[in-house]
Amino acid sequence: MTTASRLPDSYGQGGGTNLADVLERVLDKGVVIAGDIRINLLDIELLTVKLRLVVASVERAKEMGIDWWEDDPALSSKARRSELARENAELKQRLERLELARGDAGSESGSERDRDRGGEPERDRGSEPERER
Amino acid sequence: MRYVYAVCRPLPGPLHADLTGVGGAPPRQLAHEGLVAVLSPVPARDFGLEPLRAHLEDLDWLAETARAHQHVIGALAAVTCPLPLRLATVFRDDSGVRAMLESEHGRLCRILDRIEGHVEWGVKVWLHAEAGGSASAESSSARSSRPRGAPASGRDYLRRRKAQRTAGEEATARAEVFARRLHAELARSAAASRQHPPQSPALAGTGSGLNILNAAYLVPRSYAEEFLELIGRTEGSQPGLRVEVTGPWAAYSFTDDTDDTDDTDDMEGE
Repeated sequence: MTTASRLPDSYGQGGGTNLADVLERVLDKGVVIAGDIRINLLDIELLTVKLRLVVASVERAKEMGIDWWEDDPALSSKARRSELARENAELKQRLERLELARGDAGSESGSERDRDRGGEPERDRGSEPERER
Repeated sequence: MRYVYAVCRPLPGPLHADLTGVGGAPPRQLAHEGLVAVLSPVPARDFGLEPLRAHLEDLDWLAETARAHQHVIGALAAVTCPLPLRLATVFRDDSGVRAMLESEHGRLCRILDRIEGHVEWGVKVWLHAEAGGSASAESSSARSSRPRGAPASGRDYLRRRKAQRTAGEEATARAEVFARRLHAELARSAAASRQHPPQSPALAGTGSGLNILNAAYLVPRSYAEEFLELIGRTEGSQPGLRVEVTGPWAAYSFTDDTDDTDDTDDMEGE
């Protein structure tokens, strides 16, 4: 019934699949169903944000030219900024949607949500460059 | 507790006997109302609310669990079109899972219908670091009258830095044009497409460069070869760019309950 055997050999689908691809899908995609154990979806969303930040160690990040926490307009390029802005907007949108969804899905842990909402690390960083002027 | 990996239409047979899931336990099927949840038992000491939250902060645990999750989904994808659930969807017992299958029945069926017979291919476009930096910078510094080697003065050094940066921006712009075209072409041949945020090179592995496009395409199984050929045709057409294909994946990126049009996600579903 399946045509799986006809497919070309999968591209690194075995043990070697890169972690970023696996995490991106398993952690960030896939249908969201409220289980009995409500880990805060916001936690997961924030976690992916955090992962993006944490895993890029400062040294590696500099090497890659990601320098947006360094308040140095001379070193940044428009392209990178707009990409970050886009990602930022998208993440915010997603957070909003999740908050809405949580509102519907029963709000047993309302107090936790408030605490979590305080975070928003992306926005804080994004707005920093203005400070220096 | 029950860790649920995916929901499927009834499977043609039992799961592979030596398939292991999260925590090493073998997954099994739980059928209810014409749907099947694939789940395995997990200990409350790891998947209760507090321990789970703590575990999620631990990248090693997270990586292992994510791989185990994907391992089961991958195995299912070989025999059916599973609807993958988000990592760590946990219920106290079987009856909780049944209640979920019942209450989510409509939504699950709609998505299952949509992904039936399809797999997901991931396509990324990478711009090599050198393509933006040294390689094209060399040609532009050759254009200027100064020979290569150590900069003669501070001004010379700054001029070179500027040339390098300009070259980098040009390379990025060219890469973006290429990525847009490729995406448009692939999206036309796919049942649906999604663009994901670019991946951090640090996560993706060393030397991968700058991620310009990170997209997913829902493609009929029978059309896989043609689809991959479309991508293969672009190979080598752009110096400094690398097109990376991953998959076939289960339809992870197409589990939102909305219309199929690209990147429209204005509604949450029900």
